[in-house]
Amino acid sequence: MSLTLLLFLILGVLSIASAIVTISSRNPVVSAMALVLHFFMLSGLYLTLQAQFVAVMQILVYAGAIMVLVVFVIMLLNLGDEKKLSEKWNIRRIVAILFAFVLAIQFISIYITNLPDAAFIPESAAFNGTVQAIGTDLFTNYLVQFEAIAVLLLAAIVGALLLAKRKIT
Amino acid sequence: MINAIPLEYYLGLASIIFLIGTVGVLVRRNAIIVFMSIELMLNSVNLTFVGFSTYLGDTAGQVFVFFVMAVAAAEAAIGLAIVLALFRNKQTIYVDEVNVLKW
Repeated sequence: MSLTLLLFLILGVLSIASAIVTISSRNPVVSAMALVLHFFMLSGLYLTLQAQFVAVMQILVYAGAIMVLVVFVIMLLNLGDEKKLSEKWNIRRIVAILFAFVLAIQFISIYITNLPDAAFIPESAAFNGTVQAIGTDLFTNYLVQFEAIAVLLLAAIVGALLLAKRKIT
Repeated sequence: MINAIPLEYYLGLASIIFLIGTVGVLVRRNAIIVFMSIELMLNSVNLTFVGFSTYLGDTAGQVFVFFVMAVAAAEAAIGLAIVLALFRNKQTIYVDEVNVLKW
């Protein structure tokens, strides 16, 4: 077993474990911390895929910004441990979860049977992950979408302020 | 370039994480945990994007991950503001106790 594969296995097992802790913990703070660990593990996985820019953005945006927001809201709400973890179980929910499993099996089978010709990482991949390559693509081919993201973020700021206001005058 | 990890491993891992996120959304009643489960699902899709981007030698997948992250950040701000407004009005964040629209 090569070192890269060993690294992938460690990161993969830890990311799955932390994801399970996230959805199964009674204490919301434990969930949030497990999710931070999950984001760091995913960042490591991006590094094994030679995507340095995405790996750094993962830590900055998710672990740095979004999770701080989530932890802040947990603190503001002052929640205790949940006594009842899930809603009442009825036939509809059980069927929904069964369908989720069917969906996952479908994903895995599609991936395994219908892959494009991608057995090896091409030589250009190391350059494709850099800020230079992504920046060039972002500001030439995807300029309109980039501007649209700016408008979206502005709308999100205005919306969040409006929702957080106690009274709108 | 010699590579030890096949693309299928990344895709399988992403499917498993997506499944965990789906179960979290369907089962949990705490709105913040539901919210975190949605983040899990978005992240697993990101992993798929980056995997294909690397193995096909195309930058487009990573640019898409950038967009997904921006949308996730906007969604986080709005979603948590909604949770706060909900808590202020109903004193609960458990989704089964919020049934104003149910009839």
